[in-house]
Amino acid sequence: MSGALVIVELVSGKLPQAGLELLALARLLSGGSVSVMAPGADEVTVRTLIARGADIVYVTGVAGTNDYNSDSWIGCAERLARELNPALILAVHNSTGADLAPRLAFRLGYGCATGCVAVENRDGVLHFTRPCYGGNARETVSFNTGLVVATVRAGVCDALPVDAARSGEVVAVELLPSRVRVIERKRDSGGAQRLEDAKVIVAGGRGLNGPEGFNVLEPLAATLGGVVGASRVPCDLGWCSHAMQIGLTGKTVTPELYIAVGISGASHHLAGCGNAKTIVAINTDAEAAIFRDAKFGVVGDYAKVVPALTAAIKTLPAV
Amino acid sequence: MHIVVCIKYIPDPEAAFSMFRIDEQAKQILPASGLKHVVSPFDEQAVEAALRIREAHPGTRITVLTLGDETSRNALKHGLAMGADDGVLLSDVVFDAGDSYTIAQALTAAVKKLGAVDLVLTGRQAADWDAGIVGAGMGELLGVPVLSFAKSVNVTDHRVGVERVLDDGGEIVEAMLPAVVTVSNEIGPPRAPTLRETMRAARKAVVKWSAADLSLNEGDLAPRRLRERLFAPVKEGRCEWIEGATPEEQGTKLAQRLREARVL
Ligand SMILES: Cc1cc2nc3c(=O)[nH]c(=O)nc-3n(C[C@H](O)[C@H](O)[C@H](O)COP(=O)(O)OP(=O)(O)OC[C@H]3O[C@@H](n4cnc5c(N)ncnc54)[C@H](O)[C@@H]3O)c2cc1C
Ligand SMILES: Nc1ncnc2c1ncn2[C@@H]1O[C@H](COP(=O)(O)O)[C@@H](O)[C@H]1O
Repeated sequence: MSGALVIVELVSGKLPQAGLELLALARLLSGGSVSVMAPGADEVTVRTLIARGADIVYVTGVAGTNDYNSDSWIGCAERLARELNPALILAVHNSTGADLAPRLAFRLGYGCATGCVAVENRDGVLHFTRPCYGGNARETVSFNTGLVVATVRAGVCDALPVDAARSGEVVAVELLPSRVRVIERKRDSGGAQRLEDAKVIVAGGRGLNGPEGFNVLEPLAATLGGVVGASRVPCDLGWCSHAMQIGLTGKTVTPELYIAVGISGASHHLAGCGNAKTIVAINTDAEAAIFRDAKFGVVGDYAKVVPALTAAIKTLPAV
Repeated sequence: MHIVVCIKYIPDPEAAFSMFRIDEQAKQILPASGLKHVVSPFDEQAVEAALRIREAHPGTRITVLTLGDETSRNALKHGLAMGADDGVLLSDVVFDAGDSYTIAQALTAAVKKLGAVDLVLTGRQAADWDAGIVGAGMGELLGVPVLSFAKSVNVTDHRVGVERVLDDGGEIVEAMLPAVVTVSNEIGPPRAPTLRETMRAARKAVVKWSAADLSLNEGDLAPRRLRERLFAPVKEGRCEWIEGATPEEQGTKLAQRLREARVL
């Protein structure tokens, strides 16, 4: 038993950064070869995967179309796992990975760790660190089963640089029939930048006091070339789309700059944005927990602070 | 139709974490003695989902199922007061050392013992350890389809239709029953128990099963996970405050400061 299998889901035909990070992690952790299952990967994607650390790429489905179907992907991954006998199977911790990983683990009879923020190989034993109790605590676990299936959050390690000289193999495999029929798919954000890839995120919380608050955040995000996100409360209240939720049960984001506006900083929220390089918080309550994670803090009403901030950024001299 | 909803009784996840203590030695989280316990929020929403299905299909039986110590009876009581029909408590010292795998084994054995169950509902994850494994595992152990992260669940004609929450939107999927569905918070707030249902709940049947009642052997209950460490994440906790006479001035200064610090 050696090597690793990484399951990579393409997003609109492209490789997401978090998937590339997993390739690097797999190289780091496993002595053996790194196999990738990449449904829908075309030739360009396959080449990129190899240049970024893959030894064998298993392509499935129709190139360019990779709509996730749990049953058929899990069946395919199960076959690969039985054939390759890897020590580790990795997937990104998102709605696909969180759906696929535990089922694959049970099917293969192996251990499962979800939402990991660190994975280490010490003396041949894999140790998985993950947030629990809403991000207030962390546990490090290992397993007495040979193989472990793990989902890993974005930002755990850097992707490997492109090495065009690397060579690898491509193998076509089949997706299996599914017991689940997809009737309709609704994608939220058409051309918009994905939160997961954004360098700058301006996120709003209950403190926006209503859906109109997002109209104040949008110009700031636009000025910074960033994207607007949210805590769970505005999503649940219907002020914004659920796809904007950041946190334990929402997205994990890793921007350079995260501006939290009217967000108290609950651990459940920080579980999704705590890895941002710089957190700025704007909140009327100086005692808000978010200021414990923020590098820069403004105690004040966002409705006044944010427009002034946006205007001032526009007048900054170019660098 | 018979629906089983798996509900876990946990310390209130919305409580300030100052109400908890991390026991690094025992690798356990100790809630303060006064801290209230609740049905894990997503599980409570799974009960809500079951009740909505029953509204569309009168005659449906809803069983709430929990694994835990005697206090977990309170979870069942809550589920029954919301409107479930009967409850099952799985309680046994041999479950104490369990992990996601053994809990899924025990819950699955209980579902099988209940007989012809059409639909199993669970939360997307238990709000204590935040694993999100047990529901998926039960689906695999039962050999039935799993539809995860549901924001709505409808049953028609031996099929279950689920609107799933995805990172970039959603999808509507369908599978034949029996199936397992894991419920997400997007389904909306659960109903509060009414006085009438709470009174009725006292008369509803609750059975308690041990590992032996479920014919589980040692192999089924041997944990696979070893918790090596439990600790609090470190926070830098160095916030630079941006002051100003007016909020507008603070906004302007923030822009300048972010430039100086090369963040912008
Ligand atoms: C199991 C579980 C999972 C969860 N998952 C997530 C998740 O994935 N993501 C998530 O975000 N949450 C999640 N939550 C919810 C989380 O615990 C918090 O309840 C939530 O993050 C709080 O959102 P908030 O900060 O917007 O609201 P609040 O906590 O109500 O904070 C609002 C803040 O706005 C400030 N404010 C008010 N008016 C103004 C103003 N005019 N200007 C500036 N500031 C103002 C207030 O001082 C306050 O600090 C989860 C909870 C549970 C139990
Ligand atoms: N001890 C338990 N009793 C009843 N249901 C449980 C228990 N543990 C987990 N579950 C169910 O499985 C779901 C996922 O749990 P977990 O994998 O622990 O995050 C929960 O939301 C519950 O519906």
